[in-house]
Amino acid sequence: MPTVSVGRDRLFAALGKTYTQEEFEDLCFRFGIELDDVTTEKAIIRKEKHLEEEEADEDEEVIYKIEVPANRYDLLCLEGIAQALRVFNGKQEIPTYKVANISRESMIKMHVKPETSSIRPYVVCAVLRGITFDEGSYNSFIDLQDKLHQNICRRRTLVAIGTHDLDTLHRPFTYEALPPSNINFVPLKQVKNFRADELMEFYKSDLKLKKFLHIIENSPVYPVIYDHNRTVLSLPPIINSAHSAITLKTKNVFIECTATDLTKAKIVLNTVVTTFSEYCERKFEIEPVEVIYSDGKSYTYPELSVYNMGVSLSYITGAIGVPLEAEKVTSLLNRMQLHAEQSVSGDRSTINVSVPPTRSDVLHPCDVMEDVAIAYGYNNIKDIAVAKGYNISKGRAVSLKPLRLEEFSHLIRLEMAMCGFTEVLSFILCSLGDNFAMINHEDDGSTAVIIENPRSSENETARTNLMSGILKTVGQNKAHPKPIKIFEVGDVVLLDETKDVGATNRRQLAALYCGATAGYEIIHGLVERIMQVIGLVPPDDITTYYLKPSNEPEFLRGTQASIVYKGKQVGTSGIVHPEVLSKFDIPDPCSYFELNIQCFL
Amino acid sequence: MAEEAILGYLAKNEEIADSGEFAAKHGLDHDDVVNVIKSLHGFQYVDAQDIKRETWVLTDEGNMYAAAGSPEGQLFFAVPAEGGIPREELQKKLSPLVFKIGCAQAAKNKWVDMGKQVSRKVKHVEDRVKDLLLQIKDGQVIDQDDIKALKGRKLIAPQTWNGYSVKKGPSYAPQRKKFVADLTREMLQSGDWKNLEFKEYNFNAKGQPIEGGHLHPLNKVRHQLRMIFLQMGFEEMPTDRFVESSFWNFDALFQPQQHPARDAHDTFYLKAPSTTKELPEDYVERVKRVHESGGYGSRGYDYNWSRDEANKNLLRTHTTAVSSRMLYMLAQKPFTPKRYFSIDRVFRNEAVDRTHLAEFHQIEGLICDRGLTLGDLIGVLHDFFSRLGMAKLRFKPAYNPYTEPSMEIFSYHEGFGKWVEVGNSGMFRPEMLLPMGLPEDVRVIAWGLSLERPTMILYGINNIRDLFGHKVDLGLIKINPICGLGV
Repeated sequence: MPTVSVGRDRLFAALGKTYTQEEFEDLCFRFGIELDDVTTEKAIIRKEKHLEEEEADEDEEVIYKIEVPANRYDLLCLEGIAQALRVFNGKQEIPTYKVANISRESMIKMHVKPETSSIRPYVVCAVLRGITFDEGSYNSFIDLQDKLHQNICRRRTLVAIGTHDLDTLHRPFTYEALPPSNINFVPLKQVKNFRADELMEFYKSDLKLKKFLHIIENSPVYPVIYDHNRTVLSLPPIINSAHSAITLKTKNVFIECTATDLTKAKIVLNTVVTTFSEYCERKFEIEPVEVIYSDGKSYTYPELSVYNMGVSLSYITGAIGVPLEAEKVTSLLNRMQLHAEQSVSGDRSTINVSVPPTRSDVLHPCDVMEDVAIAYGYNNIKDIAVAKGYNISKGRAVSLKPLRLEEFSHLIRLEMAMCGFTEVLSFILCSLGDNFAMINHEDDGSTAVIIENPRSSENETARTNLMSGILKTVGQNKAHPKPIKIFEVGDVVLLDETKDVGATNRRQLAALYCGATAGYEIIHGLVERIMQVIGLVPPDDITTYYLKPSNEPEFLRGTQASIVYKGKQVGTSGIVHPEVLSKFDIPDPCSYFELNIQCFL
Repeated sequence: MAEEAILGYLAKNEEIADSGEFAAKHGLDHDDVVNVIKSLHGFQYVDAQDIKRETWVLTDEGNMYAAAGSPEGQLFFAVPAEGGIPREELQKKLSPLVFKIGCAQAAKNKWVDMGKQVSRKVKHVEDRVKDLLLQIKDGQVIDQDDIKALKGRKLIAPQTWNGYSVKKGPSYAPQRKKFVADLTREMLQSGDWKNLEFKEYNFNAKGQPIEGGHLHPLNKVRHQLRMIFLQMGFEEMPTDRFVESSFWNFDALFQPQQHPARDAHDTFYLKAPSTTKELPEDYVERVKRVHESGGYGSRGYDYNWSRDEANKNLLRTHTTAVSSRMLYMLAQKPFTPKRYFSIDRVFRNEAVDRTHLAEFHQIEGLICDRGLTLGDLIGVLHDFFSRLGMAKLRFKPAYNPYTEPSMEIFSYHEGFGKWVEVGNSGMFRPEMLLPMGLPEDVRVIAWGLSLERPTMILYGINNIRDLFGHKVDLGLIKINPICGLGV
């Protein structure tokens, strides 16, 4: 979930009310955001620099870190949070955003060159006219772009935002894709002119920007936006030019979003312009820009039309489980920034909801239903539900079958503990070395799955045996009094062509004895005991199971046997090979068995 | 011997005034007598009072002189009665210590003339030092001045003598009863147990540690949770498939393909087997459509859905991957309501710390029925969590791509004195259920939580690596109490 840092005092000013921290936390809880942390600017810097905690100054501005839902892009800055809470508290009407009514001729134009289609095919634009920034709102404007870049823009891969001081530029604009050597400009925060390929090299040492270079680095052409005078606006998705940078004094802001995903570009543009249109001379009004592609197709952005959704009242009340009148439902929806009104046809009552451009998260009537439930209060539903009792399966008698594998595993675990062995629980994930070489096996590539993107060598594969995990446990417990008697029941993962995903789990049982002697006779007795409780009796009934001398590399020669069941090898047993013991740093002799128990079901 | 003598004597006499005298009189070793008195006193057969006396004993040097005579005596007798002896010759006859002390003392006593030639001054001497030493050894009392002199020459040293005066004790008996430590087969057969007194057991000492097997605490908690689900009428889902396709893990749950959870930063993708080979094609088509353009009343996400992305294999990030398969299978038959649960391993490609591992156990419960409401979900959560000892719950609106509404579950923790998040819940989205083919009025309410967190709180474990994995101390597994959840 994204976290947004906002100045507490600025937030309370915007809310028109001062809260105690507890009151504010309660408001957040009801609305579905969370006050994650309370800190100050200096404390954040201290933390980043790993400095000692100092006494906070009285006058340091208190910062609230607020966690917001990942699909609520409209809440990624102070303005958005404040507006949502004002409306939720009934202190503000839902704003109506509109596109300024200007003629097509006077509209700013952005011409898109065909070469962009190979690298970053879409651009959407808009203008905020007559805006007034103060330091707080200016910082918030920059922060919002950052948050959008990190979240919906997927670190600028899907969408990148550029904002410019329109008064420094000359219309119309062009969106092009050119060889890097043909692009020259002074980038933001620099004074020197860079060629685009040199600039990419330069940014390789820039901690923040180097993460974005890969998006265009290997392309023969880079996306670039020019004004009428061939002044560079930006080299998306990397950097804007210094020339058009916005300042506190900027009055008219030109916003362009280049993208590989048009839907998300529109959402991003809408989020930026709607949120900051409250600082415009004409509040909530946005000036459109025409984007013209080389095939002659033209589009006007932003698209601020509302999305109309008819939701039946009975669906809403039926899903929440609380009887509500239509008027109540519409007023609850208004508190969630959704325009709603009732329409009746016959006995069917429908709530017509206008989803504003800021609420891209509303996809389905279930999203509307949730907003009704939130505004009603989740914790007000509780009382009703508890009072009537929940009504599931409507009194039908339920007769369930247990899951055989889980029940059987449970019974085997109990038997093992009754035999005096202690249960361990090791990891599925391990390194290939642990799984194979450490127990003297070679990986022939035919058994183990391979993880593509492990963070560490500990996560290279899923185990194909329980042995490594158990030996690691013994190696970590050298000081434990002998004998050590441990077991594990768990799944291994094996490649399996017959399965849809190409791999399968198998339930195994393994046990180890470690003492002054290897004590194979104990492991042998344990195998017999487990077979006995499963219902197999050796050696009279050789048709069911028997032990057969084997030659496995993890065991000492001559002191090992396979466990054969119905003619198939289903397990191994033996004295653990001294080489294996030494690899796991185990100084004492050990005996071990491992058995596929799934085959007995 | 000593015990019989003491108990026997006390049968006829009031008191043994002095254990030393008693020992001497009865020809017993005083040390033996003391040991018996201590033991009888311990069992309250007798009452013993300490007696202390200062006595003198000979030092090693004193013992030597008591046997061989004092140095001055030895020196005197080494000098011939008539004439004299050269000093050097005299010196050879005696040990250096005896010669040195002998010279000084004999001269002081005016027994001999000490020159180059040593000769007797008197005819006879009495070796009084030797006599005194013999008297002390014999236990006789000698004059204080003599004591002082001998002490000065370090020939005697003081010693404290410990003894007892003894009277009958509250449990006095002329013969001590036998105490035995344990009942034996022989005692039962001979009937001796009737005459035996059993030694009182020391209940302050530790009992003998019990050898036995032990279950892992995480699995103990897991079992109790299985019982709770079964008691609530939930059926266990088969979750023994760690390798899953992105399709069942994400796409089937209406989780868009650009969703951050699908990032390599969060999910383990597989190099081998890299892709899934088989998916139900008509269902895949419906899932693709609902992602791209919606339907079933939804706008959809409006992006190009990629089959390759859906085919990518991964280690499941949640057991909900199994839930999606189960619900899909359920939808292929005439509808029957179901309550399902599972508790099994899931995998996240996350950084590991005190509370996070790359694998952990997820607990999941779901109910699939017609006409379920948010009220039903809240009701079942109260039922479930109150069985875990969490009676006070409240719910916070949250976001989850496949549930709407979504509720985070908070429980009031008395120990921490605050509300803590204990799980997530919600109603599965119609965009997930309807493409499966479930009837339109069927809703699914579900909740999930990790197994590790409640177990850590229950057993007071702060670091997850102390609970799970090969670094766990076997000693700790052996001392964990039973899990009382649901009991």
